[in-house]
Amino acid sequence: MLNKKVHLSKNVFEKDVEQVPIRQGYGEGLLAAGKDDERVVALCADLTASTKTAIFSKEFPERFVQMGVAEQSMASVASGMAAMGKIPFLASYAMFSPGRNWEQIRTTICYNNRNVKIAGAHAGISVGPDGGTHQAIEDIAITRVIPRMTVIVPCDATEARKATIALAKMEGPAYLRLAREKTPVMTTDKSPFEIGRTEVFWESKDPEVAIIACGALVYNALVAARELEEDGTHTIVLNNHTVKPMDEEAIYAVAKKTGAVVTVEEHQIAGGMGSAVAEILSQKHPVPIEFVGVHDKFGQSGEPDELIKHYGMDKDAIVKAVKKVISRK
Amino acid sequence: MSNINDDKIKELEIKANEIRQSIIEMLMEAKSGHTAGPLGMADIFTLLYFHVLRHDPENPSLEDRDRLILSNGHICPVLYATMAHAGYFPISELKTLRKFGSILQGHPHREWLPALETSSGPLGSGLSQAVGMAIADRMDDKSPEKYFYCLMSDGELECGQTWEAVMLAGKEKLHNLVAIIDRNGIQIDGFTKDVMPLDPLKEKFESFNWHAIDVNGHDFRALNEAIGEAQSVYGKPSVLIAHTIPGKGVPEFERDYRWHGNPPGKGPEDDIPKDKQGEAALNRLRTLGGKIRSEHE
Repeated sequence: MLNKKVHLSKNVFEKDVEQVPIRQGYGEGLLAAGKDDERVVALCADLTASTKTAIFSKEFPERFVQMGVAEQSMASVASGMAAMGKIPFLASYAMFSPGRNWEQIRTTICYNNRNVKIAGAHAGISVGPDGGTHQAIEDIAITRVIPRMTVIVPCDATEARKATIALAKMEGPAYLRLAREKTPVMTTDKSPFEIGRTEVFWESKDPEVAIIACGALVYNALVAARELEEDGTHTIVLNNHTVKPMDEEAIYAVAKKTGAVVTVEEHQIAGGMGSAVAEILSQKHPVPIEFVGVHDKFGQSGEPDELIKHYGMDKDAIVKAVKKVISRK
Repeated sequence: MSNINDDKIKELEIKANEIRQSIIEMLMEAKSGHTAGPLGMADIFTLLYFHVLRHDPENPSLEDRDRLILSNGHICPVLYATMAHAGYFPISELKTLRKFGSILQGHPHREWLPALETSSGPLGSGLSQAVGMAIADRMDDKSPEKYFYCLMSDGELECGQTWEAVMLAGKEKLHNLVAIIDRNGIQIDGFTKDVMPLDPLKEKFESFNWHAIDVNGHDFRALNEAIGEAQSVYGKPSVLIAHTIPGKGVPEFERDYRWHGNPPGKGPEDDIPKDKQGEAALNRLRTLGGKIRSEHE
């Protein structure tokens, strides 16, 4: 059942659950961070409306740099601004940043140890009709391998707002992964959020499987958990929003408690959040793991729901993975 | 611009020669690294650190200092040698170049040597950083105004990112940004005109709304005047296209692209056998290319 301590939205399983794009939370969080600290500045590569950077740039035009379609330069310009004491947030689609500008992020931001935050919007396959060129499903892998980089994948718009505000207060480079489509708002203003700390969203009595999820698919994990409970299968759902540095203690704790893990993410299975979970568990407490994510394929055009289903990340796929991992115990 | 007299020029010439000798010595010790670019840029670095820059080697984090951003990190031997001679760290440290634990990493890393403004190596990203610094500085509207000098190679003008930064600097009218291009005409694979022609370079920058100046990269007076001209331009960034001789100071190394990425001891043997290259280069520098006799001749 839902963990009351995390104050999730009361109508989370209802049809009228509020739906907001996760990127909206970034725009609102950026504005709040900007009001709180005048060192916060924003950069964008010709996508101010769709990355929601416009919410900030309208309020603080003098603290905004319009880069044009120049993601590589944007990463290094942000590095230079950080060198002068600013806290730059740069935004584009994840496919282009950190996709196109990975080396500039590695060298001029992370190796150079500059306090720059990178927001990658339209991440995941749920970008939909734009097709495979615009569906970033490798971005977690390429950011989490860079030393010093913090990687956050918020589960909804409210959490994205909190994450943006928290990142402005955190020293060091970070990647914030955002999705395009409207997704259910699970968390509320009262829900706890701390970088590097997972939250248990669902826990049945005597759980047999821990479902560790991040991003909008946390919602599918919750729906799967509820269906499984009705079916007599008991699970935990962990919102694992900080892919790096991961909350190792919490990962060990749920693995010890359940003895089996299913990871859920809208990303390639190779190198993603699930891989990071496996890296942790294999060292101290190996348990069977099933990975829900994209199986080494590119995306294509389609509606978000049909793509999520086609590529095996819908509620049914999670239910199936839970049953499979139980059979491996 | 501050004027420069004959005595000052003499002093700078001597300093640049000492720096070139340090470059050869550190490369001989490191047994790897780049030779041609550092020797070619020694005069420009000397002028900047010993005449132009507002800086304080005793207090590298001086807030109002001018910023020198080295974009083509591979010529760092000249940066390190100049900084050591300017007093940022002991000259004896130069012999640790490229060695385990050295503050002088093979390509500059500001965490090992905090007096550096940035870390660099992969080409094409320095100008963007300098532009970001200048934009951020303008947001703060600090006085006195500082200058941002970005030192670049001609080879890295082949990088797309360089032109992204050129475009942004023009758009933002960053008049306190001065790019200095080491126009030595060589890169690892050969002459730039063969690898990827860059001319007409001045016109390229002008068409991006920059003020561009062609200048002899070994003439202190002309360089100083060009920097003064760049500083006096309002509403535009400036670029000095500094025509330099790669390998300058050692006639056998000059203008030969094969000396781009090799240290003395590993260079072409047309004129000097490998095992004699280091000492020969030092001797050439001590005698100003044979113009004066060394003490033991």
